[in-house]
Amino acid sequence: MTDLSSRDLMGDRKVVVDAFARRHRFKWYEAIPWLVAIACYFLFENYHALGAQIFATILFALSLDLLIGFAGIVTLGHAAFFGVGAYAAGVMAANGWQEPFSEILVAAIVASGVGFVSGLIVLRTAGLTLLMQTLVVAALLQELANKWSSVTGGSDGLLGMKIDPIFGAFRFDLFGDTAYVYCLGVLFIGWLLARNIVYSSFGRSLTGIRENANRMHAIGAPVDRRKIIIYTISAALAGVSGALIAQTTALVGLNTLALSKSGELIIMLVIGGIGRLYGGFIGVPLYMIAQDRFSQIDPIYWYFWIGLFMILVVVFARGGVLGVFERFNQRRRSR
Amino acid sequence: MSEFLSITISILFHGVAMAMVLYLISVGLSVTMGLMGFVNLAHGAFAMAGGYTLVILMKQHNLPFGVALVVAIAICVVLSLILERLLYRRLYGGDELDQVLMTMGLIFASVGAATYLFGPVSQSLEPPAMLRGQINFLGRDFPTYRSFLILCGALVVTALWLGLERTRFGAQIRASVDNLRMAQTLGINTSRLFTTAFALGSGLAALGGGLGADFLNVGPNYALEYLVYFLIVVAVGGLGSIRGPFVAALIVGVSDTAFKYLAPQYGAFFIYAITMAILLWRPRGLFGQSA
Amino acid sequence: MSAPALETKFLVKRFGALVVSNDINFTLERGARHALIGPNGAGKTSFVNLVTGVLTPSSGEICLAGETITDLSREQRVKRGLVRTFQISALFKRLTVLENVTLAIAEREGAANDLLRPAGHHRAIIEEAYDLLVPLGLANEALRPVTELAYGRQRMIEIAMALALKPKVLLLDEPAAGVPPRETGAIIDTIERLPADIAVLFIEHDMELVFRVAQRITVLVQGGVLVEGTPAQIADDPKVRQVYLGESKH
Ligand SMILES: Nc1ncnc2c1ncn2[C@@H]1O[C@H](COP(=O)(O)OP(=O)(O)OP(=O)(O)O)[C@@H](O)[C@H]1O
Ligand SMILES: [Mg+2]
Repeated sequence: MTDLSSRDLMGDRKVVVDAFARRHRFKWYEAIPWLVAIACYFLFENYHALGAQIFATILFALSLDLLIGFAGIVTLGHAAFFGVGAYAAGVMAANGWQEPFSEILVAAIVASGVGFVSGLIVLRTAGLTLLMQTLVVAALLQELANKWSSVTGGSDGLLGMKIDPIFGAFRFDLFGDTAYVYCLGVLFIGWLLARNIVYSSFGRSLTGIRENANRMHAIGAPVDRRKIIIYTISAALAGVSGALIAQTTALVGLNTLALSKSGELIIMLVIGGIGRLYGGFIGVPLYMIAQDRFSQIDPIYWYFWIGLFMILVVVFARGGVLGVFERFNQRRRSR
Repeated sequence: MSEFLSITISILFHGVAMAMVLYLISVGLSVTMGLMGFVNLAHGAFAMAGGYTLVILMKQHNLPFGVALVVAIAICVVLSLILERLLYRRLYGGDELDQVLMTMGLIFASVGAATYLFGPVSQSLEPPAMLRGQINFLGRDFPTYRSFLILCGALVVTALWLGLERTRFGAQIRASVDNLRMAQTLGINTSRLFTTAFALGSGLAALGGGLGADFLNVGPNYALEYLVYFLIVVAVGGLGSIRGPFVAALIVGVSDTAFKYLAPQYGAFFIYAITMAILLWRPRGLFGQSA
Repeated sequence: MSAPALETKFLVKRFGALVVSNDINFTLERGARHALIGPNGAGKTSFVNLVTGVLTPSSGEICLAGETITDLSREQRVKRGLVRTFQISALFKRLTVLENVTLAIAEREGAANDLLRPAGHHRAIIEEAYDLLVPLGLANEALRPVTELAYGRQRMIEIAMALALKPKVLLLDEPAAGVPPRETGAIIDTIERLPADIAVLFIEHDMELVFRVAQRITVLVQGGVLVEGTPAQIADDPKVRQVYLGESKH
């Protein structure tokens, strides 16, 4: 977004308007994540299962970025929608409905319903109260999943899911080959949607709400309605991500709704960079691969180092990896 | 009928004891929130630190309860001052998001540090012999330790409120919560005020975490696990309010006890539902200023 | 139809014991250039907040072009052409100047509800935003973030944002506040050149500006209207001299 501020563009109407109107066009570097993902399929054959988890979690991070990064809605309860989606897909799969895409669809619908209703309540507030309420919504759902064990399996988790082959042809295998491609495909669609929203007029108005909600009211924007819309959409994407995890791991537990789940997601997004659409694409793999490596060595240290790292990022490297890149780029250009 | 009365008294008793703990821990959060608008999610970590130090000092160094408590508070205050200087200070008046992220990082770091130092299982507090058993009051038996807790909490709360009403420091705090700009133009050294309030809040949290170890188990996940309670107390009470959180803590403490006793199969469900209902009715909390 | 552009009837706002608006009966005629003056804390900004729906009145009525708008939301009032600026600039600071104005026009045109097409496809909106910046002398800075501009320039954007909404009634809250003296000229010029069919109410402490632009002046003191009249009447009014002009000359 900083490309535009180079001074030599200014002054001429057509040049300025063009520069402004073309911001949504695809840039070459936006192809990198997809090329890397395809390359990794062939390079790391033993890690396809991890890869599938990573893609699903990136989608989760992307949905959170829409809220925190673009609309400025800081939430601690995003796992609520992830968990609801996971349970929706899981309950279907455990009860005889095994077609994966329709499960995803149902997960999206259920999660967006929960997002819409809870959004109506929590989005009336801001700051600490909003944080608390989002947290309470997730805790409430977790309590519900815990007590309603006849359906959810309670604290043992939901077991016994069966998923049909994708398009009736590609079976979910032990090595995660199918899951890898499947999750990557769904992530791609989710990313297209999120990217589209971010660059739309609606998306720009969300940025306006994040920057100065009072001003948005003063220019006649229905601020509350916009927030509820994006909250609902984001919930749907998170629900899809939860459904992916449920389908590819064949397991749903109470931890899908936990605060630690929301917290870890925030950390991943922050490491990559918030409000940049690609923060999750960087932060999630870094986090999950590091976790995969280090927690085999010593899981006790993991939370400590990741917490410390997060503090350092906020205090010294604002904007995460992508933020550091941007500053580096700016400095180079202004030489 | 007398059974009903007995249950009511019991619920009130334990509920009030829990409320004292919640209030001691949360009031500092409300003040930092009201004073500097700082969302300190890691506030519970200071309570956890208080709990751990108290238990360790008593178990491993055989310090008497009272001494251990004082030392634990002192250690936490020093710890909080260091963190305030090193980290918090940089984010005063900054983005709410940065504050949330930084303190979230602190929570995770505290979880890791506590697991490393004290292991994954939670620690239990052994009250001194004097505070064990039951005491008889008006013909009923009450657990001594919880009676002590209520008494202690009531004393601290009274001291705190009197302090805020009567002392110069208290007046400065109230003025700054009310209107920070104005306070600055009146020549109040707000930077020093922040630090002092922060340290005081952390000290109270440590006290609450130490005394309340038998309500809120002192384990590595403390700051994460009980965060929702602290936030509820502050938000339902009304940000920046001193008394609001007390009322909120009473509501949470008593109703949590009541529901867990009367309808244990629903867990914490009702507390969450009540919280949402109160905020639906008053989005700024019970004692928050309205627009 | 000849209802006034804006009218308030017995408008009252209390904050606890403090009365910030005390039975204000106020009329803004169509096409008016009307100044609202009064000492600090008189309740001028509060009046704007009440009229625009930021604050809810304790009692009283607000009418826009003869229709009651007391219960409408902020955005509904804007949609009906009631637009304000802020005493302290409230812009999207990290966004570019062009983006600020584009957001306002997109809102006016309802384009901001469109989440399917890229914002850049609404080209007419961007062009209109650019064209609005030109006469205000902001075109050269169209692609710079607002923070990089001097405060005086930011005050111009504040006005540009309001004009982008094509207001029928424009409430300017101290448009020249915080602007260094040599830059106020540009702002006064802009106000003088506002389209004649817009009814303008402006709050101002700068008496030079007030007497140059205003056709009518209302003096607000402690939440109540002290007097209202033409600039000549106000200048001669002993009460005003005592309460207001006396105070501001130090
Ligand atoms: N939300 C609020 N709660 C309580 N009091 C308020 C609130 N908003 C404004 N006030 C009070 O209302 C009074 C009028 O304030 P207002 O901002 O309207 O004055 P003003 O005439 O615009 O002053 P200035 O010339 O300084 O801009 C002041 O005493 C102010 O402190
Ligand atoms: Mg004012």
